[in-house]
Amino acid sequence: MDRLRLATVWFAGCSGCHMSFLDMDEWLVELARFADVVYSPFVDHKQYPENVDVCLVEGAIANTDNLELLCRVRARTRTLVAFGDCAITGNVSAMRNPLGSANHVLRRAYLDPGNLRPALPAEPGVVPRLLDRVLPVHQVVLVEHFLPGCPPSAPQIRQFLENLFAGHGQSGECAKVRFG
Amino acid sequence: MAAKTLTIDGQLVSAEEGQTVLDAARDAGIHIPTLCHLNGIQDIGACRLCLVEITGSPKLLPACVTKVQEGMEVQTSSDRLRRYRRMILELLLAERNHVCSVCVSNGHCELQTLAAEHGIDHVRFEYLSPRLEVDLSHRLFGMDHNRCILCTRCVRACWHVEGAGTKNVAGRGIQSRIISDLNQPWGQSETCTACGKCVAACPTGALFNRGATVAEMQRDRTRLEYIVTAREKSQWIV
Ligand code: SF4
Ligand code: SF4
Ligand code: SF4
Ligand code: FES
Repeated sequence: MDRLRLATVWFAGCSGCHMSFLDMDEWLVELARFADVVYSPFVDHKQYPENVDVCLVEGAIANTDNLELLCRVRARTRTLVAFGDCAITGNVSAMRNPLGSANHVLRRAYLDPGNLRPALPAEPGVVPRLLDRVLPVHQVVLVEHFLPGCPPSAPQIRQFLENLFAGHGQSGECAKVRFG
Repeated sequence: MAAKTLTIDGQLVSAEEGQTVLDAARDAGIHIPTLCHLNGIQDIGACRLCLVEITGSPKLLPACVTKVQEGMEVQTSSDRLRRYRRMILELLLAERNHVCSVCVSNGHCELQTLAAEHGIDHVRFEYLSPRLEVDLSHRLFGMDHNRCILCTRCVRACWHVEGAGTKNVAGRGIQSRIISDLNQPWGQSETCTACGKCVAACPTGALFNRGATVAEMQRDRTRLEYIVTAREKSQWIV
């Protein structure tokens, strides 16, 4: 059998889902027997490659960089998994949405607290622009599977991946998952 | 009282006249999901989660306010019902701001548990993300409108169990809000006795004890029923 091409990406989230992934400990060795991690915050590839079998997406879509990479990820990946609550509901990353547009949020964060030299961060090409609304991944692109949890526990991730690789990867088949 | 015989999910059940379909089902060990129902306070059929199919009725009926009848045939978990329940729960999650991971009720919330039971792993509707208040003016309790599902369990507990009449609903439709007295900060209410019955009744993280942090709000759901039963049966120790 061909080796499985696995990727993970990290958008607007705290990286807790990725930490939980690492918590799978020795099963990662098992995973390495049949899968290559072709792109991830854990590995040193700069470009998201073509022909990826499965990608775990952590985090919500909050800025233009997120949006751009997500579209590339979708185009180059067979199975997309919304991984954790931020990717699925927006979660803590989306708590800014009730404040209004990106401008309102930036003003609230950088001008209202009355710092010594109040200024909005602006570095075109370096600091990506915030989207007006933080979006769950499935509101931007098609998502095949959802694995909720903040973060999903290591045993849940493992069970989910085992089901997925065995060809019946429904998150519903995973051990009781819930938001939070 | 006369006994009524009916079938629920094909199972022959005998119930007392005047009992609701929900109670009859529960007595027979059949689980019907509910949100606005709470043992001990009167039912109003608001959340529609307990809808059941009854043979011969073109409408779906809420089990919590439908009385049993002789020969009734009740279906509690058809595909159609599960589909509707899922939709109701997703709409509730989309209407206000539910961030379970940082909620006082995380792990002890009826809405969160029901969503998991119904296999909801994402919400298909767009989140409304309304801007809502948190009222921390009361010395003992807080009210977070971000988490309120307008089940009115608090209102009914406040009016019918405590008899204070502090809690109420103002507004219409999506603008509806739970208010205290004449829509003033809870802490300024002249009628609130600070009994905490509304907090005990709340299924979500909307009402909480002040000082409770993430996942700390565990409530005893049987407390109100206990008080009401003791009152109705005069079980007070004199
Ligand atoms: S009230 Fe329940 S569903 Fe809403 S955020 Fe809190 S735990 Fe989650
Ligand atoms: S604490 Fe008691 S009196 Fe006050 S609002 Fe709640 S139920 Fe009503
Ligand atoms: S505050 Fe709680 S009990 Fe009252 S309507 Fe909202 S969710 Fe229901
Ligand atoms: S529990 Fe019956 S309508 Fe809410």
